[in-house]
Amino acid sequence: MVDATHGHDAHAAEFPDAELYHPRSWWTKYVFSQDAKVIAIQYASTALAIGFVALALSWVMRMQLAFPGFLEFVDANAYYQAITVHGMVMVIYLITALFLGGFGNYLIPLMLGARDMVFPYVNMLSYWTYLLAVLVLVASFFAPGGPTGAGWTLYPPQAILSNTPGQQAGIILMLVSLILFVIGFTMGGLNYIVTVLQARARGMTLMRMPLTIWGIFIATVMAMLAFPALFVACVMMLFDRLLGTSFFMPALVEMGEHLSYGGGSPILFQHLFWFFGHPEVYIVALPAFGIVSDLISTHARKNIFGYRMMVWALVIIGALSFVVWAHHMYVSGMNPWFGFFFATTTLIIAVPTAIKVYNWVLTLWRGDIHFTLPMLFALGFIVTFVNGGLTGLFLGNVVVDVPLSDTMFVVAHFHMVMGVAPILVIFGAIYHWYPKVTGRMLDQTLGLIHFWITFVGAYLIFFPMHYLGIMGVPRRYFESQDISFLPPSAHDLNVFITVCALIVGAAQMVFVFNLIWSIRHGKPAGGNPWRATTLEWQTPETPPAHGNFGRELPVVYRWAYDYSVPGAAEDFIPQNQPGGAPPHKEGSE
Amino acid sequence: MVVAVVFVLIVVGSVVFHFLSPWWWTPIASNWGFIDNTILITFWITGAVFAAVVLFAAYCLWQFRHRPGHKADYEPENKKLENWLMGLTAVGVVAMLTPGLFVWSEFINVPAHASEAEVMGQQWQWAYRLPGADGKLGRTDTRLVGSDNPYGIIPDDPNGGDDVLIEADYLHLPIDKPVKMLLRSTDVLHDFYVAEFRAKMDMIPGSVTYFWFTPTRTGQFEVLCAELCGTGHPYMRGGVVIDTQEDYDAWLAGQQTFAQLYAPEVTKTAELN
Repeated sequence: MVDATHGHDAHAAEFPDAELYHPRSWWTKYVFSQDAKVIAIQYASTALAIGFVALALSWVMRMQLAFPGFLEFVDANAYYQAITVHGMVMVIYLITALFLGGFGNYLIPLMLGARDMVFPYVNMLSYWTYLLAVLVLVASFFAPGGPTGAGWTLYPPQAILSNTPGQQAGIILMLVSLILFVIGFTMGGLNYIVTVLQARARGMTLMRMPLTIWGIFIATVMAMLAFPALFVACVMMLFDRLLGTSFFMPALVEMGEHLSYGGGSPILFQHLFWFFGHPEVYIVALPAFGIVSDLISTHARKNIFGYRMMVWALVIIGALSFVVWAHHMYVSGMNPWFGFFFATTTLIIAVPTAIKVYNWVLTLWRGDIHFTLPMLFALGFIVTFVNGGLTGLFLGNVVVDVPLSDTMFVVAHFHMVMGVAPILVIFGAIYHWYPKVTGRMLDQTLGLIHFWITFVGAYLIFFPMHYLGIMGVPRRYFESQDISFLPPSAHDLNVFITVCALIVGAAQMVFVFNLIWSIRHGKPAGGNPWRATTLEWQTPETPPAHGNFGRELPVVYRWAYDYSVPGAAEDFIPQNQPGGAPPHKEGSE
Repeated sequence: MVVAVVFVLIVVGSVVFHFLSPWWWTPIASNWGFIDNTILITFWITGAVFAAVVLFAAYCLWQFRHRPGHKADYEPENKKLENWLMGLTAVGVVAMLTPGLFVWSEFINVPAHASEAEVMGQQWQWAYRLPGADGKLGRTDTRLVGSDNPYGIIPDDPNGGDDVLIEADYLHLPIDKPVKMLLRSTDVLHDFYVAEFRAKMDMIPGSVTYFWFTPTRTGQFEVLCAELCGTGHPYMRGGVVIDTQEDYDAWLAGQQTFAQLYAPEVTKTAELN
């Protein structure tokens, strides 16, 4: 994949200037824009904004667990509403939207040498539908009864019954919002897939694509297959709630009163939810895998180790993630024989995942490691991801899951592996690409403060939390102090975790300040401050103008990882730089 | 470079925390020591991998940090190394999965001589039922649940009349006798969870789920609900008391059956339905 294609024929003629429609008014340029870069910024800003709501909610729940009664407005209802909205926002409206809608939109056309997404208008609609989904979710805070408190998994029958907060309007708005999200995401996702398959620059073969694009691409394919399951589950539950159908509702007696439901299956919902929900874990993980590969390679000035293996690992993980969903349901009461199958598939997925970890670390081996901010976050990702991935081997191994399921061990595990780890990558990616987006660097000192507090703090929050779960503290407990078998010191641990959480949360304000302050006051970055090989750093203008590459689209001659090539003048060779195949390793000694 | 030091501190700190912190599982009170052992195996393997990967990364960060004149190697692939690592990982996975699946097989196959006990969950309390003299539980239907038949026992079922109903916080069970817990719910999902037994299972309205265990220690153990079941979820508590056989027999003799408690009203409900 490192050989060069000698295609020097005039490429520009294929894309005369007239073919690009340039926006003329302020509205079509900055608001109803069809430029993927603007849409990316819109997606990212919206996701970060709603993410801060989720952060505030996490403070609410941590305060309750450590200092019950301190926040007087937090009763059991408010607590369950907080955990539900926190979870849903973080998983879907923040991380998924930011990786795919944000980074996907910005990076796919730029890294592949395309002028834009292939369906710009649909791409614009994707963002506005997403924004509507967010607004519907936010509206539930102001609806009678508030947002739903059913837990982010929304398990029926409880989710639509009256002893769960938000039964009046909150659950309806939640389901409608998810339905809108899936519609919006589908419009974006079609764009990402078709653009990757059809709009790559000349010479950009699939096996020359940067791993960032591979990660986003596979994640999007998965999302297109997984989100429909969530969509139908939401529609069916909406019917159960509004029209009195019984898809998920068996005959039941609520507080002594017979309800008119009957014949439905609560566990059917769980299968649909996790058929979406497990791929969803990898939908947020694969873009992170891809991006972190590029961050490590660029800042260690060394090619990613085992590129082909990295690509195939992404593909295999993506495929396997569709046959592991019921490992979330080992104690759900499903047929226990499923356990054998799902435990086996789940542990098999550890092998391609482990290969990715080895290859990241082996990329550091004999590198020339620059401890830049993106690199620090990427390194933070390795530690938290390895930690969270390994605890997944406890929960995936069916019988080990039995005592640990539904305890704080699970909470600690998934926060480490799909909360902290991908978010560290998001931060690293923002520090990495911000100079391209704005033309200025983010402030180094503020960035270091942000990194160290976030990384060390998050580890201190979630590592000890596993041990609360091993002791047997169930998750989703508004209060747990009176549990008979807990030593009083368990509460001290909760206090410690809360203090860390407050500090880590506060450090995010430093980040936001940095984002805003550096737009005007950051050091000018130039076109390629990291001396990176990929195409987005080779644009004629920074920030890239509409159409990305000026009059002439780039032609790609090499893979994305020609760092420190022996004999080369510089320690990087851009993908669009012509030249023969790099010398083989043996020949260079 | 600071990162390399912090990486080492994270590994050392995590290991020290694991061994020295006071937070560990509650003393076991059932036969599921196998599960604890599988957890320990998993801890050893994953702990070793975690330490190895992070310490190796720390070494690389130290050794290959940027210095003037320093240049990275160019090595796109190393098939041999990659295959070795894949093989070793597969061995580690098999070492965890194999005992796991054997114990799971134990967990789901109930011994033939196990007795039965039913737990019924409803927002937000537990109720229990034992099969009575005939050793069989009467069949139930949620649609029959009412104040005159709180368990929804089908009145025509001859096995139901002698069922022992325990509408109290505590279920008693005899020590060293395997018992199959039959779990059901009349409203939403619940989960019958006793930390000391190491077992739990969701309860689903409309279905009966189960797990089995053998109590190995007398005493009183708290039952928690482990599946979110509405705002009262954390307060849904109950208890299991493990007795010696004599104590158990004495307790059982003091309990009442379905027929004794509700028989007169049951006939009426049956007619209504």
